[in-house]
Amino acid sequence: MYRYDEFDSRLVAERIEQFSDQVARRLDGRLTEDQFKPLRLMNGVYLQLHAYMLRVAIPYGELNAARLRALADIARRYDKGYGHFTTRTNIQFNWPALVDVPHILKDLARVEMHAIQTSGNCIRNVTTDALAGIAADEVEDPRPWCELIRQWSTFHPEFTFLPRKFKIAVIGAPKDRAAMRTHDIGLEIVRDDTGALGFRLFVGGGQGRLPHIASELKSFIPAEELFAWLTATLRVYNRHGRRDNIHKARIKILVASLGLDAFRAEVEEAFAALPKAPLAVPEAEVERIKAYFAPRPYAAAPPRFAAFDRALMTDPAFARWTRNNLRPHKQPGYAAVVISLKPVGGVPGDATAEQMDRVADLAERFSFDQVRVTYEQNLLLPHVAMDDLPELHAALGRAGLAEANAGLAADIISCPGLDYCSLANARSIPVAQALSERLSDPVFQDAVGEVRINISGCINACGHHHVGHIGILGVDKQGEEFYQITLGGSPDETASIGQIVGKGLPGEAVAPAIERVLKAYLARRDAGERFIDTLRRLGADPFKEAIYEAA
Amino acid sequence: MKILTANRLADGAVVWLALGGRWSTEFEDAVRLDPEPAAAALAQAEAQPGRFVAPYLIEADAAGVERRERLRESIRADGPTAGHSLENV
Repeated sequence: MYRYDEFDSRLVAERIEQFSDQVARRLDGRLTEDQFKPLRLMNGVYLQLHAYMLRVAIPYGELNAARLRALADIARRYDKGYGHFTTRTNIQFNWPALVDVPHILKDLARVEMHAIQTSGNCIRNVTTDALAGIAADEVEDPRPWCELIRQWSTFHPEFTFLPRKFKIAVIGAPKDRAAMRTHDIGLEIVRDDTGALGFRLFVGGGQGRLPHIASELKSFIPAEELFAWLTATLRVYNRHGRRDNIHKARIKILVASLGLDAFRAEVEEAFAALPKAPLAVPEAEVERIKAYFAPRPYAAAPPRFAAFDRALMTDPAFARWTRNNLRPHKQPGYAAVVISLKPVGGVPGDATAEQMDRVADLAERFSFDQVRVTYEQNLLLPHVAMDDLPELHAALGRAGLAEANAGLAADIISCPGLDYCSLANARSIPVAQALSERLSDPVFQDAVGEVRINISGCINACGHHHVGHIGILGVDKQGEEFYQITLGGSPDETASIGQIVGKGLPGEAVAPAIERVLKAYLARRDAGERFIDTLRRLGADPFKEAIYEAA
Repeated sequence: MKILTANRLADGAVVWLALGGRWSTEFEDAVRLDPEPAAAALAQAEAQPGRFVAPYLIEADAAGVERRERLRESIRADGPTAGHSLENV
């Protein structure tokens, strides 16, 4: 878990003071909205359809009980009793009053949180694998590197006014569980032939209007050169990225228009010109930060898991939940637990203040005071002892948080859509709800297995529809909502952009069409094939037919 | 005909220009304006940055908001159609 040093505390306190004064001047009319808007956007404050929205940064998705309780408290006192976890592993509050924002920011600062780098054309809150430090396939825990990038990027003077927002993800394993290839810069921790630590550097990923999967810019950069390479890459982007057209301003457009090789040559030239010493990653600092993320004081695994085995035999709901919501932990005797925020008919990613408080309690009791936010809009308890799982499952059930659908069809990613967002063209939440209800049969969900269904209410793609195995994009046709279906997207190390299958469907036709697609898969799959495997083997045609069958 | 709407500065609440220059948080109170007084009312709202954010005009007739903007404006007027913000949740 990160902690603030004296620089963080002072920077955040100074920023709150500064922004509080800006809010006061806006409220008394001394600042116009045109003057204030760029200032509020540097502090996570948006204006949405109904109200202001405050997006709070959750550094690489890591929370502890105190931080989660502070978020619950904000939800209760300043919002309508809930918050919305996002695909950037942040949390959004949909209803804060502008006059309250300075108080909220002070409350956040008390638990070492803020809303900086959650909006505006800066380097945004860095994201990572929710199984960081847990997964057995990991080369090294990516979180210390995320923390170094957080410290380096916060208020970076050169990169505060980029052509457009800039997202960085870091993973520590060859398996990509963070949609790393959809980021402006993606980093994968690797070792070279000599065993030296470094990164594969990816660049130019992004979703939105012109989606791109990131390309490998460098197959290996030594770890100590990380900031020199990041600086060189961002410097080239800052200099050559387009500022004349917001739709062409992301680094993906620059990489595509220059070509990867020409872009690489520019970055290498910028790298060569940089003084290396000031940008070298200081080893002592790395070690200090790594200590924040040291393995927890795990208990030795018992010879057998008595409580776990008993519950597995006697409680089918528990057994199903363990099959779907547990993730292997490299520490014997422990598992990571996905807390699904996708109840049947619910709003993907929403959690009430009471639920946040309960999860905070459970994190303290069962998971060394740690909780994570996943980009799939769920929560995760990273370190739970096997024999604690039955009690945890029962407690989650009492809080309405024991939905056993992690990674399954009803584990839908969805943006807030037109119910909240001023950019949206169509609603997302009602479509997600209808789909979740349609697919609620656990037997059907378990039969279908792993599939990623993602919904966005506009082409900006906050709901990651481009990289959903099944993507759903809301569009507006003369004031009517329609939904385009895409097939074949993938967010992982085999990343791909989904292809539009044909004309859009009205909202009520989406859930039945998706169900037919999943049934077509069940009818055609070979043994051991996931949905995406069958789709890749057969192509989209049989599934297209299923979509338009009834139309 | 046009309707003038904005968000209230202090809390972001959606407001509409009502009869007698009053601003209301209820869409039902919104007055229909001819183009010329609508433009004047918009200019007046824009001249009060200490009260309003992002004022704009909506095309409307006696029956309601014109088709293209109807869904967006009905969600602004009635709140989200789903989720935790619904009154009965």
